[in-house]
Amino acid sequence: MAMSLAFHIIFACIGIAMPLLMVVAEWLHRRTGDDVYLLLARRWATGTAIMFAVGAVSGTVLSFELGLLWPHFMKWAGAIIGMPFSLEGFAFFTEAIFLGIYMYGWDRVSPRAHLAAGLMVAFSGMISGIFVVIANSWMNTPVGFRLVNGLPAAIDPIAALTNPAALHETVHMTIAAYAATGFVVAGIHAAMWLRDRGNLFHRRAIAIAFTIGAIAAMIQPVSGDASARAVAHLQPLKMAAFEGLFQTGSHAPLALGGIPDVKERKLLYAIELPSMLSIMTYHRAGAVMRGLDSFPEKDWPNPMIAVHFGFQIMVGAGFAMAGLGLWGALLMWRRRTIFDSIWFMRAMVAAAPLGLIAVEAGWVVTEVGRQPWIIYGVMRTADAVTPMPGLTVTFALFTALYIFLGTTVCYLLWRQVMQSPTQAEVAAYSVPAR
Amino acid sequence: MPIPFALFFVCGALLAALTLYVLTGGADYGGGVWDLLASGPRAPAQRDLIERAIGPIWEADHVWLIMVVVILFDGFPPAFAAIMTAMHIPVTLMLVGIVLRGSAFSFRSYGGGRDRTQLAWGRVFSIASLVTPLLLGVIIGAIASGRIPQDPRRLSDFLWPWMTPFCFAVGIFALALFAYLAAIYATLETADAELRDDFRLRALAAGIAVGVIAGVVLLLSIHGAPRIWTGLTERVWTWPLIWMTTILAIAALYSLWTRRFEIARWCAVGQVALILWGWAFAQFPYLLEPDLDIYNAAAPPITLHMLAGALAAGALILLPSYRYLMVVFKSHRERRPLFRRRHSS
Repeated sequence: MAMSLAFHIIFACIGIAMPLLMVVAEWLHRRTGDDVYLLLARRWATGTAIMFAVGAVSGTVLSFELGLLWPHFMKWAGAIIGMPFSLEGFAFFTEAIFLGIYMYGWDRVSPRAHLAAGLMVAFSGMISGIFVVIANSWMNTPVGFRLVNGLPAAIDPIAALTNPAALHETVHMTIAAYAATGFVVAGIHAAMWLRDRGNLFHRRAIAIAFTIGAIAAMIQPVSGDASARAVAHLQPLKMAAFEGLFQTGSHAPLALGGIPDVKERKLLYAIELPSMLSIMTYHRAGAVMRGLDSFPEKDWPNPMIAVHFGFQIMVGAGFAMAGLGLWGALLMWRRRTIFDSIWFMRAMVAAAPLGLIAVEAGWVVTEVGRQPWIIYGVMRTADAVTPMPGLTVTFALFTALYIFLGTTVCYLLWRQVMQSPTQAEVAAYSVPAR
Repeated sequence: MPIPFALFFVCGALLAALTLYVLTGGADYGGGVWDLLASGPRAPAQRDLIERAIGPIWEADHVWLIMVVVILFDGFPPAFAAIMTAMHIPVTLMLVGIVLRGSAFSFRSYGGGRDRTQLAWGRVFSIASLVTPLLLGVIIGAIASGRIPQDPRRLSDFLWPWMTPFCFAVGIFALALFAYLAAIYATLETADAELRDDFRLRALAAGIAVGVIAGVVLLLSIHGAPRIWTGLTERVWTWPLIWMTTILAIAALYSLWTRRFEIARWCAVGQVALILWGWAFAQFPYLLEPDLDIYNAAAPPITLHMLAGALAAGALILLPSYRYLMVVFKSHRERRPLFRRRHSS
């Protein structure tokens, strides 16, 4: 399951954000008549289609796996959180329909309808992502039911849908999808551009992808700050694990790096900024932060180190991306172009994987940070698992399958989407003169 | 027992989604089967036709299955949990089939060129298209045969529920139905008379196979799924339903023989839908006989009401969009190209 999710989250992010890139390219083509944009839209559409197909099938696997691996969880919680999944089904359906029209309809529908279909893909992709994250946020802050003899009663699906973690988790994840996709696309095209600097194709691609990625990356720290404060409020244990904060107390320091030593109850080798954690969380240096010591050890996330490292990596990568975004904005302001700074372009290449790394790290932070619970404070993961023996076989099977698919997708994207186009290829896609 | 409206609506939606999945997504698998069995001088043309026919629509068609799953687990969580526990092995294998079929198809379509890798993907696509419906049929067979207990502790092992001749017969039946639908749809996808005749012969052969296998499945159900057998033979609506199905089946074959392809398609659609509904009504009101029926497996009323509301509202967006997709790609009217790739010399 974890493997499937870790794999799916990449495809889902790119599937959410890629359609926006492709629609922007098509829209710019319509506005400027520049054929390079059209070629770009078509290439990106192919990329989106490959990603979507794999995202769709890996998503199908997930919808079944919820039952295959956690039947008890689904039986218990299905009636409470089935709703976002049903709504997600519809959003996903809309996305599939309009992607079909977009991909195969260049010759069949009017340009306006075609662009609208692309917009529908981008919009429904975003919505379906939001619904899935809502379901996840419920696992962190379960509400909308009362416990009666260990079973849920007085179920309220609306309350579950609007659970306290829903807003900050969805906003944070949606922005992350745009930032990560923008950076990875811009980085790859930047690498191609460095080898073939005259090519307008990569220049246009970077202009669109980097703009979207950079804007998202610069907003993200604000959303991250809100999320962190919400977590400190809703799941103080998780916050303590993020920071490797073992002792409760006022003037809690903000830790940079460090290895949490669970046995000694100390954070080793960290740079600590005095009082910063209290200030950032409660805007008061004297505010008391609850440490791990105020919770029973059997409820601590395990492995603690994954949560702490994941948090550091996510935040670090996020700030690096925001910094690169600022650098780009500065270049645009001072020199009106980003393309005459080779170092900036090299940095863009280096930053390409940062967004995806941050997404994976952030996912570890939320999910491992929630352990040992599958429903926070209500049901332990170990109690939800299927009685089916030999689950390792299932895991190995899907892991092998995903590695194989991932490699193939990379190869295909390389061959079909990213190669520098020739002049003839650009011309071939131009609109016939009437 | 009177059925509350929301429960009735959710059951109807579940059956409708399953029917639509079989009629659309099922035929896409059938297309893969004919890709595997493409033969004769026009084999490449047959493969091209299938690829063109299912390319734009298969992903949307596939989502009907996801709808079935989400309706099941939102509306009837205990039934979903029981099926996924007892059927762990066939469901996992089916998922592998779904993943390989879908990704192989898009790798082949968007991979460009016709080199050896692309051919290999084509092979993966067609073999996965063969195996997946078989497993889907096995799963449906196990649900029908009443071998899935609600409480997993009553499960002696994870093979017992589905390792039966009846389940595998249903699997082969599903495969034959899907291939039959695909061949009939394919006759409407081309203007080339010879190519159309290839698929006409395939449809006739598959149609006859469907009839024979249906007989076998019915006989095996006497022991394999007694409830379905009595349900199909001892209720008021039984004989009209069986006669209707038979008449539609014969009408489909006759229209194929006389080359009335449009009529043949609608007869086949009706035939397949009635077969599914026959199963559903024979099993009613059980979801998983004997433990779970639609009453004791249903989610609380508030969830059912919300689900019914969401389904109704979603259908308002979905059905017009889906229709638009079908009109754009399946109406086969010649349109003036509005926007076309210029062929540079």
